[in-house]
Amino acid sequence: MSKALTIRDLPREERFAPGHRMCQGCGAAILMRHITKAIPKDTIIVQATGCVEVTTTLYPQTSWMHPWLHIAFENAAAGASGIEAALKVLRRKGQIPAEKEIKVVAIGGDGGTFDIGIQALSGMLERGHDVLYIVYDNEAYMNTGIQRSGATPLGAWTTTTPVGKIWHGEWRLKKDIIGIALAHRVPYVATVNPAYLPDLYMKISKAMSIKGPKLIHAFSPCVPGWRYEPALTITIAKMAVQTGIWVNYEVINGVLNVTTPVPKRKPVKEYLKLQGRFRHLTEEEISNIQKYVDEQVAYINKLAGKEVIGPVEA
Amino acid sequence: MSKIIPLSGNSAVAYAVKSADVDVISAYPITPQTTIVEKLAEFIANGELDAEMIHVESEHSALSAAVGASATGARVYTASSSQGIALMYEIMFITSSLRLPIVMTIATRALSAPINIWNDHSDFMAVSDTGWVMMMAENNQEAHDDVILAYKIAEDPEVLLPVVTALDGYFMTHTIEPINVIERDEALSFAPKRKTWFTLDPDKPITIGALGDPQWYSEFKKQQYEAMKKSREVFEKSVEEFARVFGRKYGAVEFYGDENSEIVLIAMGHVVGNVKAYLSKVRIANSRVGVLKIKLYRPFPEDLVVRYLENAKIIGVIDRALIPGSASPGPLHSEIVTALRKHGVSSKTLSFICGLGGRPVTHEQISTMISKLTEFKDKPASELPREPLFIGVRE
Repeated sequence: MSKALTIRDLPREERFAPGHRMCQGCGAAILMRHITKAIPKDTIIVQATGCVEVTTTLYPQTSWMHPWLHIAFENAAAGASGIEAALKVLRRKGQIPAEKEIKVVAIGGDGGTFDIGIQALSGMLERGHDVLYIVYDNEAYMNTGIQRSGATPLGAWTTTTPVGKIWHGEWRLKKDIIGIALAHRVPYVATVNPAYLPDLYMKISKAMSIKGPKLIHAFSPCVPGWRYEPALTITIAKMAVQTGIWVNYEVINGVLNVTTPVPKRKPVKEYLKLQGRFRHLTEEEISNIQKYVDEQVAYINKLAGKEVIGPVEA
Repeated sequence: MSKIIPLSGNSAVAYAVKSADVDVISAYPITPQTTIVEKLAEFIANGELDAEMIHVESEHSALSAAVGASATGARVYTASSSQGIALMYEIMFITSSLRLPIVMTIATRALSAPINIWNDHSDFMAVSDTGWVMMMAENNQEAHDDVILAYKIAEDPEVLLPVVTALDGYFMTHTIEPINVIERDEALSFAPKRKTWFTLDPDKPITIGALGDPQWYSEFKKQQYEAMKKSREVFEKSVEEFARVFGRKYGAVEFYGDENSEIVLIAMGHVVGNVKAYLSKVRIANSRVGVLKIKLYRPFPEDLVVRYLENAKIIGVIDRALIPGSASPGPLHSEIVTALRKHGVSSKTLSFICGLGGRPVTHEQISTMISKLTEFKDKPASELPREPLFIGVRE
């Protein structure tokens, strides 16, 4: 763990220009701004179709001060694989100066990563491309108007898991994208959260220094999709960590390290009640979600080899 | 100097790709294309070609990775067939719209269902509206030469469009012919590697693949249209130069026989050879029959087509693909009719559907087609069949 890096230590240079069309309070906007602070200037970014893509590159404007490519929805990882391969051979053939190191980052939302892009992602991870893949997870297809994805959490209302007489929000568990990445034996996997920017900065910098395929899973609160006031983005992001429904950690060569320990957890209800998407939940449903969180926390503690995330405080 | 060696169609293509000194090959196995990338893998494994091979997990990713590599400035190659081409469909539009000069070979094959690994033009025709320049070879030498021509055309700064080079599955891909192999230095002097397109360069960062709203989308599309039009000129210049350098002359279309023929049969791919062989075998009394080969399918060389057809009384179009429900279920026939109509030529046409899913187009079938054409040659247009004629198909 880095020692006492604070928000004041982050680079002042901005490589994600303002004036984009992302929502006020958008978690992904905070993520993008700080991702570009943490990656080297000589980095090519490939972006999957999604909120960030459509809101940051409305021709003839762009927010990106990096070379940036968008192809389609399901193939950011494949596009990144091609870029990385091209850089390798062009350097070998003397087209790119040997001393010039150019990195590759792929960015996709949860839909473009957990669902439609999972095959391309698996291929990229398995083939060992030197690419950092970052998934900003707002837990539904927000760009098309809040439809459930494989990342939508238990109980959440979305427009395709509405609350009615028969249905009561999403009834399935969130897909374990970290587990999927780890199954590819990649050297670095981590989770980041916009309420913990020094932690995010440290992890992205670290990922960029490690050769091979890396995956970073970023928590990305969504104002319209999660139904909360724009001012609450960081409060919610923080509450996710304090309740243990989100854990900041990294896995380096298979060894898990929790970077934001939570000695005493808050009940998950504190997180759920901040968001309109969970408003319909009954006490029973909330206690089911609590049970799920408890299991997840126990699993992480087991992997960490100690109780890094503590019990729910009374 | 060039050397002549016996090669299958797929090997002939692979040798040309090697001579073009491609930087990145991104491909996924599919019959009957597979032996192209197998051969290329062998070249890389032996150190005969310095390229990165991306062993992608699907054709969708094959073309997506090719797009990434091309956008980085590499000379990129991929190849596929049938279902693989269908899976690439989405990215084919994006490749041409991003104006990336990728070259792809289609080893043509029928589309499922029923699943069928054999040859027809279903895959080629299915992607003819994706904005790629498209050529189809008649023999293996041409399939070899087309790859070199393709890079020349694709990377021309006035074009910057991806190019398909096609050859018929099995009939060509797995058939051995003597090939005059173009060597690396010859290929690179004819089609030198120049970075003529915008690339992802950290020193000059640009955004590629931006969102184009209604204020801009139409202008992008118009530019793409102009580039496709321009590619015809570049094609003509390139084949001319090719003939000068290598001594082999190709045309967007090629006519065999008497240019004043009353009957003209139009075909693409290896079937052109079948028709020519049949005609040289059988000298048909009282009826002069010519053959028009369409090599360049996109942009469609309508002016040349019309020039060769305007004196014909009747034209038979051999289609090896079928679009049920279309005004003309034969896609090549559809193009021909449009070209004739646009230029005010009133020659009659018959649409023949044959050779689907690997069924050979035999001399017997060609004879049937010529009989049909002879039958309708002097009849009024009102008596022509409205439906395509299925040749060699059981009722």
